[in-house]
Amino acid sequence: MVSVRQAVRAWAVEMKFSLVDQTKLVTAASELARNTLIHGGGGSARLEALEDGGRQGIRLIFEDQGPGIEDVKLALTDGYTTGHGLGLGLSGSRRLVNEFEITTSPGEGTRVAVTKWK
Amino acid sequence: MASPDSSILPAVVRDHQREILQQWIAEQSSGSNARSDLLSDAELRQQSSEFLQLFREAVQAGNLGNVMGTEWQGVRELLATVSKANAIRGFTPIDTATFVLSLKRPLFQQLTTDAGSDADLLARETWTVTTVLDSLALFTTEVFQRSREEVISRQQQELMELSTPVVKLWDGILAVPLIGTLDSARTQVVMESLLQRIVDTEAGIAIIDIAGVPTVDTLVAQHLIKTVAAARLMGAECIISGIRPQIAQTIVHLGVELVGAVTKATLADAILYALRQSGWSVSRGRS
Ligand SMILES: Nc1ncnc2c1ncn2[C@@H]1O[C@H](COP(=O)(O)OP(=O)(O)OP(=O)(O)O)[C@@H](O)[C@H]1O
Ligand SMILES: [Mg+2]
Repeated sequence: MVSVRQAVRAWAVEMKFSLVDQTKLVTAASELARNTLIHGGGGSARLEALEDGGRQGIRLIFEDQGPGIEDVKLALTDGYTTGHGLGLGLSGSRRLVNEFEITTSPGEGTRVAVTKWK
Repeated sequence: MASPDSSILPAVVRDHQREILQQWIAEQSSGSNARSDLLSDAELRQQSSEFLQLFREAVQAGNLGNVMGTEWQGVRELLATVSKANAIRGFTPIDTATFVLSLKRPLFQQLTTDAGSDADLLARETWTVTTVLDSLALFTTEVFQRSREEVISRQQQELMELSTPVVKLWDGILAVPLIGTLDSARTQVVMESLLQRIVDTEAGIAIIDIAGVPTVDTLVAQHLIKTVAAARLMGAECIISGIRPQIAQTIVHLGVELVGAVTKATLADAILYALRQSGWSVSRGRS
């Protein structure tokens, strides 16, 4: 958790993201990493630097082999939680980034990829 | 003469306990690992003599193949005590293992004398002593490790309490400046000490300053909300201060509402608000 946050912050600083965007990206990473850990039973986190026609971005990919999410739309509803959280991690981090992509199927795990452009 | 598979070690230790002890102590105080700065001669003598006595009893009981057996319980207990004491006093694991391993030479010498010209016997006995003492030395490092971990986790706990000081700013006004990552364990400590101080000082206002918290995600927010709710139940109003612009924007996008708390950008704003709230008026004196 701590190391994911630190790595994301280091990359965002390196790529000269604004302070607000750094904070948003690190916070989204923190949410998604915790979901992977708590709901997904642990998994992996990957960082990618993107370059698209002069545009720079960072993509974060979180993957786990956990129980998956039955109803993605419901999970993305503000305040929905199956645990004891605020239920804002998934929906909130979608608002903190530019692109948000979730692939999941019950019993097979969950993959969330988010991208933030500079 | 002993039969081929019975060990002479029990007899050697029994008959020469005093000489072995003398040599062992000399060995320990002269070796490059001598730590007379950390252990007095009297303590060393005491420790060695106790160990040798228990070692002798264990060896007489006969189970030389397994130092985890019940015959060795007394020896293990003594070693555990020594290891723990050493861990706290600042010895290295090597110092502790050396205590046991340095017994090899005195035992070998005595065995050499007693085995006479029987080379097979001497080889066998040397092997037995080596395995027994090696296993016991390994055991000390294991205990040492565990004791160090206990020391570290206790220090972490103490550090945690130190790093969350609740200060009394003014009559009825408390403040907690939070610095660093706010995990569940730390929040628990903050919450407990804050609530305790609210009771002790009969404070009506508590300022929680998060200027030093790097990330405010939903978990941190939830911890803050719970702390605020608990403080309110005790009759204290909470002000959350030190909300930097980037944190404010992130919280808004996350959709988190810091319910129940007044929020201020800086600690100074919070203090001013708290003073006014408690009926004080703040004005610059004329000079
Ligand atoms: N990786 C995952 N694997 C399985 N289920 C997940 C995963 N991520 C999210 N979920 C499900 O989606 C729900 C909503 O997630 P969200 O992060 O929004 O809230 P939360 O984790 O419960 O609380 P918090 O607000 O503290 O993040 C979770 O309660 C969980 O049921
Ligand atoms: Mg979550």
